[in-house]
Amino acid sequence: MLLAFLINGISLGSVYAIIALGYTMVYGIAKMLNFAHGDVIMIGGYIAFCSTSYLGLNPILSILCAIAVCTALGITIEKLAYKPLRNATSLAVLITAIGVSYFLQNIALLIWTSNPKSFPNMVSFVPSLKLGTFAISGTAMVTIAACVIIMLVLTFFTERTKMGKAMRAVSEDKGAAELMGINVNRTISLTFAIGSGLAAIAGVLLCSAYPTLMPTTGAMPGIKAFTAAVFGGIGSIPGAMLGGILLGIIEIFAKAYISTQLSDAIVFAVLIIVLIVKPSGLLGKYVQEKV
Amino acid sequence: MSLLKAEDVHVYYGSIHAIKGVSFEVNEGEIVTLIGANGAGKSTTLNTVSGLLKPRSGIIEFDGQSLVGVPASKMVNKGLALCPEGRRVFLQMTVEENLEMGAFTRPKGEIKDSIAEVYDRFPRLKERYKQVSGTLSGGEQQMLAMGRALMSKPKLLMLDEPSMGLAPILVDQIFQIIKELNDAGTTILLVEQNAQMALSIADRGYVLETGTIAATGTGEALLHDPAVQKAYLGG
Repeated sequence: MLLAFLINGISLGSVYAIIALGYTMVYGIAKMLNFAHGDVIMIGGYIAFCSTSYLGLNPILSILCAIAVCTALGITIEKLAYKPLRNATSLAVLITAIGVSYFLQNIALLIWTSNPKSFPNMVSFVPSLKLGTFAISGTAMVTIAACVIIMLVLTFFTERTKMGKAMRAVSEDKGAAELMGINVNRTISLTFAIGSGLAAIAGVLLCSAYPTLMPTTGAMPGIKAFTAAVFGGIGSIPGAMLGGILLGIIEIFAKAYISTQLSDAIVFAVLIIVLIVKPSGLLGKYVQEKV
Repeated sequence: MSLLKAEDVHVYYGSIHAIKGVSFEVNEGEIVTLIGANGAGKSTTLNTVSGLLKPRSGIIEFDGQSLVGVPASKMVNKGLALCPEGRRVFLQMTVEENLEMGAFTRPKGEIKDSIAEVYDRFPRLKERYKQVSGTLSGGEQQMLAMGRALMSKPKLLMLDEPSMGLAPILVDQIFQIIKELNDAGTTILLVEQNAQMALSIADRGYVLETGTIAATGTGEALLHDPAVQKAYLGG
């Protein structure tokens, strides 16, 4: 039982981690909390749903469709809503992000109504793994594998590639990055594109495991992934991964051993405790500036 | 021939008139320094030339082309590099990554050689190439900031307060390097509060006072100008 809960927790946590990566990358670069990120997940879910149910595309193509639409959506949101506020106060940007979040939910409400859609499992082509009496579902394995691959690719991207390094430079000092010839606006767009593409993947994985798709589907996982990003240290890619997985495990264990109703409260209590004990998060870093 | 020419440049911070009609020239091969007290507008002038600030009016030309309205990210392509005040190296990146960023707009094949050149000039950076630059000393960070600016192979290198906060022995070293860079063919526009040092290596100098040019002349002449001595050289 314990092992089954653990696998479930890691699987749920992997979804949180993928969402949290989007939060953390956007925060690192644009220094803003993109509260509409959770709703991009929901849009991703709907696009994948429509691609399979209405257009009859196979799962892989549907997922690619969702990634493409969400990437474009992320770039558009950044251009229209956040870019004009580049020099505004962070509160103005935060309120705008909440506005975008409601906007997306209501658009979804208009297009797809509030009736929940039953999401087909898109990763069911992977068989479950049986070890004696114990089984790991294919969905869980795909989710965990996707999370690990995404984490490795992103780490390679930011550590080794020119654009990835430019991204780190922009996240540290936009003015100095510009002096190097780095196009800051394009770098920010790219970050939103990556984050939103990841949100689409997270949407498909989330809905494959929990198949009720509604316009508010993305809200709660979005907030929990934000918690995960802060938990792990916002701005840090390994931090988002660690925070997400720990949060998933805590949530599943809280549900199993304490109380289903209280599980969310416990998850958020963890955030509060972490913020009190280590405000920079588990892997958050502070660099002393020399004058 | 003048490489950089600024004519009657006005810059505002909101409603504050920070630069009030500044004109100056930098000729190819020269070291030109802008000196002046805190708040005279030295850094503002450099930041305007490099595109980080936009002038309200005036002409700025580099190599015969107007720089007004050119974004900062396009300046390195034109051959200008600014080594900004407070160094602003990327503290969480390694020494070598900082240098790579300096060559961001250049083709990949040329970067290795340029890094080797920078290491030749700053052997300390070579010793620490894998170190995260936040762990370097102030002097090493200044060398890194200069090396990073050189990575774009600029025709004009603008240095903003390179001696700030450094021990006297390091200040001498930094000015020595500036002189060497100039001898190797890089034109230099130097902003300094250390007027003594700056004027002693400069071909020409401009004295900025609350947003206007108060005096100009050769480095030598300004160094012996009684008014300049009284105001900036403690004599």
